[in-house]
Amino acid sequence: MAERKKKLLQGNDACVEGALYAGCRFYAGYPITPSTEIAEGMSVRLPKLGGKFIQMEDEIASIAAAIGASLTGLKSLTATSGPGLSLKQECIGYACLTEVPLVIVNVMRGGPSTGYPTGPSQSDLMAAKWGAHGDHPAISLAPQSVQEILTETVRAFNLAERFRTPVMVLYDEIVGHMREPITLPLPGELEVIDRAKAACRPEEYFPYDDRYEVAPLAPFGAGYRFHVTGLNHKQDGFPTNDSNIIRANNERIMNKIENHKDEICLNEAIDLDDAEIAVVAIGSTARSARYAVKEARAAGIKAGLLRPITMWPFPDKAVKELGSRVKAIIVPELNLGQMVHEVERCSKKAQVTGIHRVDGEPITPAQILEAIRKHK
Amino acid sequence: MSGTAVVEKKERVSVPFDYNKYLRPNKLPHIWCPGCGHGIVLKAMLRAIDKTGFSKDEICMISGIGCSSRTPGYVDFNTMHTLHGRALSFATGVKFANPRLKVIVVTGDGDALAIGGNHFIHTCRRNIDMTVVVMTNATYGMTGGQYSPTSPLETVATTSRYGNIEPPFDTCEMAKAAGASFVARGTAYHTLELEKTLHDAIMHKGTSVVDVIDACPTYFGRANKFKSTTHLMDVVEKDGTVNVKQADKLPPEKLEGKFLRGLLHKVDRPEYCEQYENLVMEKAKAK
Ligand SMILES: Cc1ncc(C[n+]2csc(CCOP(=O)(O)OP(=O)(O)O)c2C)c(N)n1
Ligand code: SF4
Ligand SMILES: [Mg+2]
Repeated sequence: MAERKKKLLQGNDACVEGALYAGCRFYAGYPITPSTEIAEGMSVRLPKLGGKFIQMEDEIASIAAAIGASLTGLKSLTATSGPGLSLKQECIGYACLTEVPLVIVNVMRGGPSTGYPTGPSQSDLMAAKWGAHGDHPAISLAPQSVQEILTETVRAFNLAERFRTPVMVLYDEIVGHMREPITLPLPGELEVIDRAKAACRPEEYFPYDDRYEVAPLAPFGAGYRFHVTGLNHKQDGFPTNDSNIIRANNERIMNKIENHKDEICLNEAIDLDDAEIAVVAIGSTARSARYAVKEARAAGIKAGLLRPITMWPFPDKAVKELGSRVKAIIVPELNLGQMVHEVERCSKKAQVTGIHRVDGEPITPAQILEAIRKHK
Repeated sequence: MSGTAVVEKKERVSVPFDYNKYLRPNKLPHIWCPGCGHGIVLKAMLRAIDKTGFSKDEICMISGIGCSSRTPGYVDFNTMHTLHGRALSFATGVKFANPRLKVIVVTGDGDALAIGGNHFIHTCRRNIDMTVVVMTNATYGMTGGQYSPTSPLETVATTSRYGNIEPPFDTCEMAKAAGASFVARGTAYHTLELEKTLHDAIMHKGTSVVDVIDACPTYFGRANKFKSTTHLMDVVEKDGTVNVKQADKLPPEKLEGKFLRGLLHKVDRPEYCEQYENLVMEKAKAK
């Protein structure tokens, strides 16, 4: 067996590695700190592989181009940060309703507005879920390390292709810019999923065939001439005013994610079996939490960590279970209170406390340890 | 009726064009009002496409949002009805990802030049191979007749009841300045001329922009006191334009306030997808 390559990489570079491993062959983007290295990396690597890189005139054009490219059959990526995410929202809704696979990376920086471009933040958690008008499905993955950015980017493409929906990779500036040694997976080592291919004759093809929960998507130009619209549509892709069809389709695009939460939700549990105090954290904050939990254990406190790797859909089940048996849950996050409300919603019994920080500095293990001690 | 007239009529009879070859008949009737110019443009476009010889599978027609942007829903190609102003961005992704597709963008003056103005100039600048058909009716038809970036000064709209004070764009001048390698203008009134212009635009390699002046009788026509659709077309499309070939022979005062029709600009300029393949990919692979 071939040797796996080891590399010292920055988080954003690992995202490039993950995207290419997953078979991404199209990138459209607009530079913005702290995500720009992804565009730079893709611009070097894609043309070598016969892939396409384009720097568009803004973030709206970028995601629109990526959606267009995906409709021709290419796995497509766009990456951005805060202000760019705001601009992409209308197109995110379009990709949700038209069911076009797509991966969006959002490297979180301080906001709102231009905010703190070089400062870490976790303040787009709600934007990742709700950021587009209308009810729409959301999948967001929240890696905490350089290695995990690679594997979660691969998983993001897999979920996008599997469910025909946009998937967001969501991490803070610290994880995006830190350098760690990582191991590049060998070809075939990680699962790579491609969208279901249309097998029927073109005359029988419906892009939203209602016999499927997720219908196969034929590429433009392959003889299946179909219509795509952001209007509510029937299974043949054409606009409709039929209230039954509108309802059924709006429900289906939500349920195709909701019904498969177990397949999508991924968590890491540390020292939770006998825990009395739990921490729920993601990204760089989870790294501080891991350290704090270790310190607490050393001091004889029964602490543990639940780390959602899938941020959306939120791991309701795991948090509910945890909330039913621990005394307290601490939710440190780099914002003024976002994930803490999700945790409160899921855990009716345990006392839930947030630790929030928006000064552009990370939450330290000491801050978390102090909160753990208070609940002892 | 004189004998000669009958002969003339006979000579003109040809096999009627089978529009159904390209339409999705079960998606009709269309949403357009009686007298709307968009349908005339569509017919000219289908005749033009027929002459190009491209197969239906090769063509990808993409639009934004607006009355004009409803066009792709009625035609049997690979079709996409996208977001207001963004048709060119989606189209750039489609074309760049699969350069074998022949991309035609159908857009309105509001779609292309207001909300989509930035994408318009950057598409022209890249000179990516696609044909952009801008249906210029000097209004936002879909939302009920507000003024648009091509509404002439002093015209009345639902948001310019006291007369428009914003000078309009000249779409063709802008396309040319931004770098489009083929720029032409037609009208719905001069439908045969339009067919030829659209044909040449589609056959051109690079960004080809065709500004098509067509009428919105429902809003622009009524608000500005035109008696009928034909009156509106006579004033705006027939008398308001001059074919560029005749323009040379006319004194300047006869050209004042008139738009030129026909091919206005054509240059050979490297096309975006080819540049990427020939320069970027080649260099990247050699490294
Ligand atoms: C982001 C956004 N803003 C506004 C609208 C509302 N809107 C729909 S069509 C339209 C104008 C269309 O005008 P034009 O492109 O000239 O097309 P026409 O209807 O005149 O053919 C507007 C403002 C929208 N759909 N999306
Ligand atoms: S409102 Fe105007 S542009 Fe729209 S369909 Fe009617 S006539 Fe045409
Ligand atoms: Mg208009």
